[in-house]
Parts: sequence; structure tokens; C-alpha cells
Amino acid sequence: MSSIRQIQDEIISEFALLADDREATLFYLMELGDKMPPLAGEYKTEDNLIKGCQSKVWLHADYKEGKVFFAADSNTDITRGLISLLVRILSGQTPDAIIDADLDFIEKIGMGQIIGSQRSNGFASMIKQMKMYALGYKTKVAMK
Amino acid sequence: MPANMGEAVKATDNQLNTSAIREQFPVLEREVNGFPLAYFDNAATTQKPLSVINALTEYYSAYNANIHRGVHTLAEEATTAFEQTRAAVRRLVNAREAEEIIFTKGTSEGINLVAATYGKAFIGQGDEIIITGMEHHSNIVPWQMLAEEKGAVLKVIPINERGEISLDEFNSRLSGNTKMVAICLASNALGTVNPVKELITAAHDAGAVVLLDAAQALPHMEVDVQALDCDFLAASAHKMYGPTGVGILYGKRRLLEKMPPYQGGGEMIKEVTFARTTYNDIPFKFEAGTPNIADVIAFKPAIDFINTIGKENIARHEHALLQQATAGFQQIDSVQLVGTAKEKVSVLSFNITGMHPFDIGMMLDATGIAVRTGHHCTMPLMERFAIEGTVRASFAVYNTAEEVDRLIRSVERIAARVKK
Repeated sequence: MSSIRQIQDEIISEFALLADDREATLFYLMELGDKMPPLAGEYKTEDNLIKGCQSKVWLHADYKEGKVFFAADSNTDITRGLISLLVRILSGQTPDAIIDADLDFIEKIGMGQIIGSQRSNGFASMIKQMKMYALGYKTKVAMK
Repeated sequence: MPANMGEAVKATDNQLNTSAIREQFPVLEREVNGFPLAYFDNAATTQKPLSVINALTEYYSAYNANIHRGVHTLAEEATTAFEQTRAAVRRLVNAREAEEIIFTKGTSEGINLVAATYGKAFIGQGDEIIITGMEHHSNIVPWQMLAEEKGAVLKVIPINERGEISLDEFNSRLSGNTKMVAICLASNALGTVNPVKELITAAHDAGAVVLLDAAQALPHMEVDVQALDCDFLAASAHKMYGPTGVGILYGKRRLLEKMPPYQGGGEMIKEVTFARTTYNDIPFKFEAGTPNIADVIAFKPAIDFINTIGKENIARHEHALLQQATAGFQQIDSVQLVGTAKEKVSVLSFNITGMHPFDIGMMLDATGIAVRTGHHCTMPLMERFAIEGTVRASFAVYNTAEEVDRLIRSVERIAARVKK
């Protein structure tokens, strides 16, 4: 398993070719979203929903052998594309690595703006929720 | 008003000189994501001309003072400028007298004021309030709150597939119990212009008063409160080239005078003792506290801007852009227009099959095109059309045919992706 840093760097270099063309970046993100396996219907529950005024995100987490696994979906294509990147980076990592992750790829691929619009999209809250899951699993393990 | 504004109205085949108009709006020179800004979010707020921006600076640099009651020169100058705006608003909506114009912080506050004062005094248990299915939340929620408090009943006129209401549907809800009819003159989400003249006559015959939400109408069309005979009318300065934080509420004198005050404080009193307070005359009775002096003063040059070009010229220009965009979108298979009423202001709401409005809005922004996406604060209306939201392009006097062409071409590119 590559480290969070390594995967982020891969993504940054993949997007570097598109960096100046925002429309092409968004088209590529939507393509990535199309390719992400859909979240099983049983996980698309109210409990797993991260609400934004416009784009909603469903996030499901699992803990296996010291690692956290994420699956997610969104009702909007661009957000789904961004989520697919987050899942690619954080799924299968240890709780500590997730908690400490500095997710600078969002800025570097020119999508920093989406983090600022917390009220309208669930993506901004999703990162926080992923870290909360990691912290939750870490605490659970420590208490055993 | 800069000298070249006169040029802007000089018609060649009734075409506005949009480049002279655009020069008045510094923000329109901006680039967004490497493209010239094409600003189509005018129904949310319009951009501001230099005359408005300068008036703000001038007030703070030259004669900032609290208004009314001051005896010094600055207070006198500020008061005069403030009241000149009130006079300009009176002329704009053709109210009988300036005292019938109350400054608020926006359309929402104007509607809330009427609900909280007229509603408090004159609407009671079992009385009925009629609104339409296309109202903005700000013309739904204040009435819901009032109805809940008083045990009154809220009735809603449904709208058809094109986004229009019918007089029959209205008349069937109107009765001797109807005390208030609150309706938008033009819809913010669909652009529909409602047949308010007929509604007002019918409402008056039934003994009800009528409030018009003119937030989306006043920037685009002639509005004459005496000819319409509406009882109240609310609008916002920032949607008509003026500053944010200023709204106007027109009310007929005889109604305003018998309404209780809205908020208590300075400015709205005649005499205060601990035993009893007597209230000031209208409009001051409804303007407690220090008002938004700078922005009210800077609203006047916005009204002058509209008057210089002329509402008729503005409407003709915007209508041409609306027609162009509508025709362009009708050529794209996967685009659905939402709101196709016969009478519309320059609002074009649409969706692309299989795409969320949020994605379309983000895609358009990528090439410098600003639109609004979502439910536009009209969730019941979105439910009526069984959609989550729309993309809304709304046109103002400074928009051009070239910009609309860019919008059409961008939507074509986005729609092509879905076909894959």
C-alpha cells in the first residue's frame, strides 16, 4: 500500500497536465466519478449522509486488521469525482495516517474553491467525517 | 451621472449602446478562470455602476453624519441626501407621497414588517392568507409564522406546467375570509410575470389587501403602485444596481397609519415617558434606530441609472437576450426549460437531463460564466416540478448577445458529455 503522500503526488501529477484548463479538469473529475464503483444501496442511508445544500455525500466506513476502508457516493458528478480521489488516498490506511493526513492535493489540482463552499456541498464536510471515523476506530482499539 | 451615459440610450435600431453601459461597471472587466466574466446571476444581485460606488465613498469622505434631528451642516447634508433617495423611490414606483415609502434592509424585511404589524392587528383566527405556488421563501415563511400564531389559514394558488397561475384558481380560493393576498409580481425562479392587476381588483372586491413582492419586477419593468392599486409593495435595492442592505416598502398611507409599529427604538417615537410612548408619523414610525444611511444615499444614483436608460429600453434589451438564450437552449435536446410563461422577466431556468444543477454551475464557472444553481429559495416550487433545483441564468442591462452566445455554447458542450 502506497503512503498517503505517494498517492497524493500521483494524483497531483495526473492533474498537472490539465492544471490550466478548469473545464477539462472538471470533465476529468466527472469521468473519475463515473468509474468509481457505486455505493451499495444498503449504505445510502440517512445516517451515512453528509448534508450540503446542493451536493450530498454518503460515506460508509469499515475497520479491518488495523486499517480503515471507505466507500462513498454523491448525488453530483463533480463531487463524486473528488470523492473517488479521497477514497483512493485514504481507504486502506491506518487510523493514525488518516488523522494526520494533510490533504493538499485539493488545492494543487485547483479545486480549493470547493472546500470553501461548505454550505453548498457535502464534500467539505466529508474529509472531517473521514478523520472522525479514523479517530473513532483508534479510540475503540485503545480501549480494548 | 457621467456624460457618456446619454450616449448609451441613443438608439440605433433600438439597440442600447451596451459598451458605454459596461464601462460604468468596473467588475465587468474582470476575468474568471482565464475568461472574461459573463455575469448572469443578476436575479440574485446585480453589479453596481461607478456612480453608486462613488456615492458610498463620497458620503463617508465628505458628509458622514447621523440623519434627522442634527443641527450641524453635515447632519443636514446627510439628511437631505437620504430623503432625496426616498423622493426618487416615490417617483420610481409612482407613490402618491414620499411618506408612503419605508426603508428596510431588503424585500424580506418589508414582507416581515407587514406580516408583523398589519398581520398582528388585522389578521386573526380563521382568516385566510392567499399566496401562490411560485413564491420565494421570504413570501411564504412570514405568512406561515403569522398563520400559526393567529390560527389563520394559508391558501396556495397552484401553477400550471408553464409556471403560470390562473385567475380561476385564484377566484376559487378568494372569499370574505381572505384578509391578505401576498404574491410576487415576477417569479425569481421562473421569471413568470403574474397578472396582478386583475388579482388586485378581485382581492379588493372581496375586502382583502394585496402585498406585491416586486424584488424581481422593479429592476425590469414599469411598476406604478397607483395604477396597480396594490396596498403594499416590497423590493430590494441590490437587485436593481444599488447597494446591499437597502429595501423599500411601499404602503398606502391609510394602512400604514393604522398599523402598529414594527420595532421600538429611536427615530420612531414622538414622545417617550416611562408611563407611555407616542409614536412618530409615517414613515419614521417604521424606521427605528439609525438606518443604513450610506447605502440608502447610494441607492439614488442606481435609480438615476435606470431612469437615464429608461425601463422600456432595459426591458427591450433584456427581452432580446432572453429570447436568444431560450431559442438557443431549445436547440439542445437534453436541455429542459423550467418556466415557459407567456409573460416573463429575463430569467431563464433550466436543467440538463442526467446532470445535477450544481455540476452545470461549476462547469459554467470554469469558463467565466456566473449563474445560480439550486432551489432558489423556492422549495415548494421545485417540488411542484419534481426537480431538486435548476440552473438559473438571469440577464441585466449590461449583458450582451456575445455573452449569451458563450452561455449557449458552454451548455452545448456540457450537454454533449451526458450523451456519451
